[in-house]
Amino acid sequence: MIKRMFIFIMLALMAFIFFNLASNYTESDSLSKLGQYYVEKGPQEIGAPNLVTAVVVTYRGLDTLGEVTVLFISAAGVGLLLRRSRRKQDEQTKKSDITHKAASEIVETATELLLPMIILFGIYVFMNGHLSPGGGFQGGAIIASGTMFLLLALPESHLSRLMIAVTESLSGFSYVVVGVLGVIWAGGFLDNRFMELGTYGDLFSAGAIPLIYTFVGLKVGFELSAVLDRFRQEESGSA
Amino acid sequence: MTTIPVLTLLTIVLCAGILIGGLLAVLLDSMVSAVISAGLASLFASVVYVVLAAPDVAMTEASIGSGLTTMIFLYAIRKTQNNISTDKAEDEE
Repeated sequence: MIKRMFIFIMLALMAFIFFNLASNYTESDSLSKLGQYYVEKGPQEIGAPNLVTAVVVTYRGLDTLGEVTVLFISAAGVGLLLRRSRRKQDEQTKKSDITHKAASEIVETATELLLPMIILFGIYVFMNGHLSPGGGFQGGAIIASGTMFLLLALPESHLSRLMIAVTESLSGFSYVVVGVLGVIWAGGFLDNRFMELGTYGDLFSAGAIPLIYTFVGLKVGFELSAVLDRFRQEESGSA
Repeated sequence: MTTIPVLTLLTIVLCAGILIGGLLAVLLDSMVSAVISAGLASLFASVVYVVLAAPDVAMTEASIGSGLTTMIFLYAIRKTQNNISTDKAEDEE
């Protein structure tokens, strides 16, 4: 009974908060002062046609570094939590060879056709982050979806732990190094202007943004792939 | 009578889809179906983001929200259910 009451009070509070939010909402027909600044000065200062990228990578670059760190910590946490039982599982695998249930031919054939395209699209998305929608996170997630397909279609396949760890650490490290280079040669941490801005709208323009997004994309892609791989190994080991 | 713009109508329909997906995720008994409907809610949300002119967010939502999260949940469910069934088997022995 008390539990029911508690739930009811919580719901009422939630309703109160959201009603206040919704009733005070008015559609603004002009940008805020900060938005105005980004729209007016962004293209000249950063040189990126995609303003979202200009804000995410440069104006609010530190937040992006924080997001990458959060993702890194969660991936590390998954690795740590699923580690102990993996040792047990290795012994089991040695004792009896576990046969994985093979995927259907349709899934296998589709993966063979689509996987290169998915990976390529992921790379395209993070390389063109400053020109078109998308960026490091999105590109990395698309690459990880490709890995997901691979793991689904070929359950026997093994991802190299070493390769994942090395790529992930190197790209994370390089991301911070690029940020520090911005402090040395330009206005501040993660400032993209230590490289030439180039022609507005070109693939290699907007200073260090393509570089930063490549590192972020690689890091996110390999991290999420590693998380998927960990979960799969756990699952197939106990099956 | 004022006519409703197409985009508004589309947004309302898609938001209804999100709500239905979310409700199904809570109400369905089967874990797997619940996870799939949560992924469906994410998919609808990503289309809403496109309609509301936020393609960057939409890409993240589509790939992470409806793709990877669903997959990780499915792996986790399979893993835990395996454990439960083996525990039960051991108890019966």
